[in-house]
Amino acid sequence: MSTSSETVPNTSSDTAPSRSTDTGRSTSSGAAAPTTPVRGTRLTLTGASLGRPGAPALDKVDLDVAPGEILTVVGPSGCGKSTLLRTLAGLLAPLAGEIAQDGQPLTGPSADRALVFQEDALLPWRALRANVELPLAIRGVPRARRREQAQAWLERVGLGSQARQLPHRVSGGQRQRVQLARALAGRPRAVLMDEPFGALDAQTRAGMQDLLVEVLQGTGATVVFVTHDVDEALFLGDRVALLGAGGLVAVRDIPRPRDRGAHDDPARVALRRDVLTSLGT
Amino acid sequence: MKRYALRVVSLAAALGLWQALTSLDIDLWLRFSQFPTVTDVARTFAARVSGPDYWTDLTDSLTRILTGFLLAAVLGVATGVLVARSRLAEDLLGPVLEVIRPIPAIALVPVAILLFPSNEQGIVFITCTAAFFPVLVSTRHAVRALTPVWEEAVRTMGGGRWRILGSVVLPGALPGVFGGLSVGIGVSWICVISAEMISGQYGVGYRTWQDYTVVDYPGVFVGMVTIGVLGWLTSTAVELLGRRLTRWLPRSAYVPGARPPRPDRSVTPAAAAPAPTNGTGTGTGTGTGVTRSEEARDEHLV
Ligand SMILES: Nc1ncnc2c1ncn2[C@@H]1O[C@H](COP(=O)(O)OP(=O)(O)O)[C@@H](O)[C@H]1O
Ligand SMILES: [Mg+2]
Repeated sequence: MSTSSETVPNTSSDTAPSRSTDTGRSTSSGAAAPTTPVRGTRLTLTGASLGRPGAPALDKVDLDVAPGEILTVVGPSGCGKSTLLRTLAGLLAPLAGEIAQDGQPLTGPSADRALVFQEDALLPWRALRANVELPLAIRGVPRARRREQAQAWLERVGLGSQARQLPHRVSGGQRQRVQLARALAGRPRAVLMDEPFGALDAQTRAGMQDLLVEVLQGTGATVVFVTHDVDEALFLGDRVALLGAGGLVAVRDIPRPRDRGAHDDPARVALRRDVLTSLGT
Repeated sequence: MKRYALRVVSLAAALGLWQALTSLDIDLWLRFSQFPTVTDVARTFAARVSGPDYWTDLTDSLTRILTGFLLAAVLGVATGVLVARSRLAEDLLGPVLEVIRPIPAIALVPVAILLFPSNEQGIVFITCTAAFFPVLVSTRHAVRALTPVWEEAVRTMGGGRWRILGSVVLPGALPGVFGGLSVGIGVSWICVISAEMISGQYGVGYRTWQDYTVVDYPGVFVGMVTIGVLGWLTSTAVELLGRRLTRWLPRSAYVPGARPPRPDRSVTPAAAAPAPTNGTGTGTGTGTGVTRSEEARDEHLV
């Protein structure tokens, strides 16, 4: 792939993966600077009740995810984290209340909001690159271009040489990286990630977190990242949302997000203790 | 190699037994005295093959079965997908299909005679009906059994109904569909031959029945051998096409009784685990094992 370096278009604005400006990823939470051209979308839940009909999992959720921020969501297993993400993706309608994207009611799934599934969601009959090409094909990118872009994305997640392998011939962690590449290849304005590293060992997981931070750099996309790992949530997020029995417990700002050195920062330690306490562990 | 040799030996032994029983005119409850010998059949076969009728019959039968079968494949897959994906279609078509399904296709001969202007179309109709139901039923099951997350993934990429059909439903259901096609091609042969025997002009079934009515037993056996070989060839073709199109299916690297595994197993116990999926990194490590087992399977078929 001699052309791959040209195909990661840092300059052209309508081709992924990188965006020209860093939309203040380091600035925290809702105070996103409106001066930069923001690509991320605002996701708002108002008095929303989420779940399957007859089995609500979360009640009266009020949540505002600012454009370009990374919101992490933690909560015990079965509390409704996946339900929340599926609802934001548009796969599940809210039982009550409203969900809006940039103020417009959200009616169904859209290429604007990519979802990285908790389970293995690659199409097993497509090679890794063909999987990454899929969102591009749906967007109508011509074949040659989508091939280049997909290859570039695979290089970026470190799987360039396995582009033609079938999903079941690579490891679980590699499949998750491909899912990430696939989600980002469609240049979504929001990326919803459901415990993407949940099944990985600690080292791989840390590597994947660094990779994620690196790949998100400059996309400007809003990110909602679900995890059951408090440390992961505090490392990645600008803010962390705590889900508990039946609803949203709290949303907290995180000091020094995405800074590996911050784990013994007193503010961070205090927050970590708070989070663990309110999760009841 | 050894396995091929075994198969040839088995076939030769069967023919040898046949020859022995018939040439010695064995008559112990089962009566072989009237039975044509292998050499009789072979001689008649040679004579038929060099004549024109044999090949006309062959192409007639093949044309009928291929037309009927391909129609059944297309209609069966389309109806199966429709019924599996649409509640309205299920309510509208389901009862009618379920009532027609138990009727043996060959019992539709009167219907075919009433409906179609020529025998030819009637035979194709019967063949098609026979293959249609296995294809329909297995497609319906395969579509219903699709992993929901595949469809959801495509929807969150902005894919619509047709994209889901083309990128998820059809490829995902293919393994099941080919199960139905394999059954269907077998049933098609049964029905095309029976229909030819009843109402055909030309065709292997027609010829076989003709030979029987004029007491040409070696001719009957030539017909049966021809049907057997054609059936085997067509079902092998369907099977191979199915394998080719469903290469992506994860397969166990473990093949019972296959040649390669033993030395591997003693070296690395972990490599003997059945799942080739969690390749240690590059995936090329397990690659050879999987390829080998696939070869073993392909060989097994032919
Ligand atoms: N497909 C489903 N049908 C019905 N209920 C479900 C389904 N999936 C999950 N649930 C229920 O919804 C609740 C929340 O599940 P989920 O959002 O998957 O939890 P989490 O992702 O936090 O582990 C659970 O009580 C679970 O039993
Ligand atoms: Mg979950």
